[in-house]
Amino acid sequence: MNRETLRYGGVAVGDRLPELKIDITTGLIVGGAIASRDFTPVHHETKAAQDVGLPDIFMNIITSNGLMGRFVTDWAGPQATLKSIDLRLGAPNVPGVVMTVTGEVVAKDDAAGTVDVSVTGENNVWGTHMAGVVRLELPKEA
Amino acid sequence: MTPEEVSEFEAKIRAYVGRENGPRQRGKDDVNVAMIRHWAEVIGDQNPAYTDPDYAARSPRKGIVAPATMLQIWSMEGYPMCQSPKVDVQRELHNVFESYGYTGTLGTNTRTEFYRELRPGDQVNFHTIIDNIVGPKKTGRGMGYFIETVTTFTDQNDEPVGRQVFRVLKFVPPPQDAAQAAGGQQAAAVEAATRIASPRGHDNAWWWEAVDQGRVLIQRCKACGTLRHPPRPMCGECQSIEWDSIESTLDGEVFSFTEISYPRFPGYPYPLVVGVIQLAEGTRLVAGITGCEPSAVRIGMKVKGKVEQVDEKTWLPQFYPV
Repeated sequence: MNRETLRYGGVAVGDRLPELKIDITTGLIVGGAIASRDFTPVHHETKAAQDVGLPDIFMNIITSNGLMGRFVTDWAGPQATLKSIDLRLGAPNVPGVVMTVTGEVVAKDDAAGTVDVSVTGENNVWGTHMAGVVRLELPKEA
Repeated sequence: MTPEEVSEFEAKIRAYVGRENGPRQRGKDDVNVAMIRHWAEVIGDQNPAYTDPDYAARSPRKGIVAPATMLQIWSMEGYPMCQSPKVDVQRELHNVFESYGYTGTLGTNTRTEFYRELRPGDQVNFHTIIDNIVGPKKTGRGMGYFIETVTTFTDQNDEPVGRQVFRVLKFVPPPQDAAQAAGGQQAAAVEAATRIASPRGHDNAWWWEAVDQGRVLIQRCKACGTLRHPPRPMCGECQSIEWDSIESTLDGEVFSFTEISYPRFPGYPYPLVVGVIQLAEGTRLVAGITGCEPSAVRIGMKVKGKVEQVDEKTWLPQFYPV
């Protein structure tokens, strides 16, 4: 986590965010589901996940959304404000895979002081787990 | 389905478009520091704006805020979801789909907007409508329809705090999936991909077996002492077929390298840099270069190798910058 918040003027389209590798474990999947109050059985019970054709429990959308938000604010710093997250889900995150999250600044809006960051989370077994655009507001002045 | 059944089904599902999923409700818990901390802990979010009261008090926000990504959490039903989930309008719609064979469910997109940050003590009220049904569409998972719901979130003063569009695919699982759904065991047999197995033949199996034991060997001609790699039956210098081997120290430098980007193979880590390593003993070896950014790899870079287990079934020499 970067404790110094980036300034709007200090960020340019094309800037790349530091890569983040996340070990997808049973603990992370179950922990994320319960902390998000999502008790849908496919996120904590293997049999329920296998009944819908997956090898094991899989990450819920709220956790993926949370990881995407964290990835961007880790880079931007604590005073950045999330404005929106547009998230598309792909391959499931199941225990044992490693998700590599990468991101790049794709747009800036001078009037609003917002920056759009395109983020992708690739898991090493099945490919893209999540892709999306996170919009955040950065302070203009130091 | 017969054409009559299709039109009956279409009429049933379209009737749900625009319907409210019940009246506006208050979340079971108002925004609170305990749930914020539990969430930040699992997500690995160390942002002090969420969990450090001293930092937060000194910051321009003058206090703790909840992570924006918790917005939906304040509206969740909780533990009853795994016992007897409430049959609301949305659940009813899913049941209609399921009775016509659209038993698969897959969350595909969310678009969430945050109008203001929430603070401990804030009340979160939510109201969901079934906004749209798009389909039928042929998808990677089977024929299906996308159900789009829109939830608006308001606070104790009826001020909007956020909005979320949630898109779910209801699909007819292909027969194989149905078999898996019925059996479960077949799905359990899906294994994480491993690297392509090394080809082990009469002339090279001994080399791979040594790698399995953590050692990289170099073949040596017994007649003239010339080292050679990859393994082969005859010395290229003196044509002797008598040989033994020495163990490499795995000191070397990058002779050449490439980054493999496309297509991606299941079971391989990316970025993936593969090099030809000039070993100190004089022979060359093709192996992965890891432990640094691909952009940092240079021809002539000093590297040191280690034999490592890279997946459940595979041991390989890998080289790291010195």
